[in-house]
Amino acid sequence: MNYMMLIHHDEAALAKANHKELWADYAAFNEALAKAGGRSGVRLQPASAATSVRLRDGKTEVIDGPYADTKEKLAGYFMIDVDSVEEAVTWAQRCPSARYGTIEVRPVHEQ
Amino acid sequence: MNSDDEARRTVARIARESYGRLIALLAVRTRDVASAEDLLAEAFAAALEQWPTQGVPINPDGWLMTVAKRRHVDWLRKGHVQMNGKAHLVASEIEEASYMTEELPDRRLELMFACVHPLIERGARAPLILQTVLGITAKDIASAFLVSPGSISQRLVRAKARIKECGIPFSVPDQSEMPERLNAVLEALYAAYSTGWDEAQDASELAPEAIWLSSLIATMLPAEPEAKALLATMLYTQARRGARRDARGCYVPIDLQDVALWDRTQISNAEKLLHACNRSGPTGRYQLEAAIQSAHIAQRLTGANCWAAIVSLYDHLIALTNSPVAVLNRAAALAELAGPDVALAELSAISKDKRILGYQPYWATLGHLNLRAGNIETGREALRVAIGLSTDDAVRQYLRLRLAS
Repeated sequence: MNYMMLIHHDEAALAKANHKELWADYAAFNEALAKAGGRSGVRLQPASAATSVRLRDGKTEVIDGPYADTKEKLAGYFMIDVDSVEEAVTWAQRCPSARYGTIEVRPVHEQ
Repeated sequence: MNSDDEARRTVARIARESYGRLIALLAVRTRDVASAEDLLAEAFAAALEQWPTQGVPINPDGWLMTVAKRRHVDWLRKGHVQMNGKAHLVASEIEEASYMTEELPDRRLELMFACVHPLIERGARAPLILQTVLGITAKDIASAFLVSPGSISQRLVRAKARIKECGIPFSVPDQSEMPERLNAVLEALYAAYSTGWDEAQDASELAPEAIWLSSLIATMLPAEPEAKALLATMLYTQARRGARRDARGCYVPIDLQDVALWDRTQISNAEKLLHACNRSGPTGRYQLEAAIQSAHIAQRLTGANCWAAIVSLYDHLIALTNSPVAVLNRAAALAELAGPDVALAELSAISKDKRILGYQPYWATLGHLNLRAGNIETGREALRVAIGLSTDDAVRQYLRLRLAS
């Protein structure tokens, strides 16, 4: 079963983290995930770099910043193919970002 | 303190201490755990309403039980519950109401055996015991087992429905069925204790509850050596809990732990249990696990070299369980006897096992053994995977230090 792990960071908490350690942990996490057949991952730039676009009544609105004004912001994702949601949750627990935000585990619509 | 507070506190105390006892008694009658919970919830609500004005009864358990049974009779009369033998149940209600001042019989053992019946899905067994015997909420169980509260609630509801629909018996199995059924109870309790495979991790929040349930079952089934052995295994582990982290919160492996921090009372209780079960029965899985723990501890406390004994205990465990984790642990012990290269050769037997590839201690052991054997790059790579698979910061910190050295 395919799951997406959506990484939501508390950017303030992340700024205070020991970055050398965090990225070393991330390198280890990526290595473990690759060994277990993890699919792919993407790391986003900070939410302040976002531009949001929407169409209302035929009129285009372009806004600076992220879509949702929440404390924890989307920071990236991983795709994993595992046997059960329990296994997906275990990967989320291992993800270094779980210490600085929330990992949302969502099943992917299978075609 | 006013009587309202007192009543609330009494209800809270009874809820904790007697919950499982009362659920078991009610469920044994109705063969229906879900309605036993509902009946007891109504009885607790009635207690909160009446005890503040009328005072707490001399036998609060008996009072709650009688109210719950009366509610049950009301339900049957109103046709809430369709059941055979209605008349008999109503008559027995009235008869059993006289139990009020007597001590209630303990049926928790029967309840536990119903919870692990072969018709109940494996993943629901430990949560069902924790909820029915201890009254632990689905939310707390969910976090401990790393499952969402919604899905654990569904599993519990399904399991209770099966107990009712299939008429799963509330009884202690006879000798012919005992080994298999007891094994299911012990497996569920062990799962509650460790909630996962990762021995490097701290025992769960549920550890004290699992120990309590295991001592209950060891006391209620004194002739079963494996019940005592499981309790011994838990106590040996629990005894070392205070020594598993250093001052900076870094994980400390058993060979480097400060033995002054070990709980000697728990160790001596575990030793007594192990001694008693080795005297009385065949050698089962938990007896072997407890003996291995005992040897590790004796080695640290007396300085004796027990590695040969530990390897041979693992040989028996592998023959019995065919578990890749036992193969892994045997290899780690073998390294102390015959060196890291021999141990690594043994590990190649499980290197393709899918069950072991996501198992953090496998990579940590592989890393340590390779570093000792001088295969620096392979060792470092395995340690990095072990860090990536860790869920515990203390373990991560320990492995980071190994990687840096």
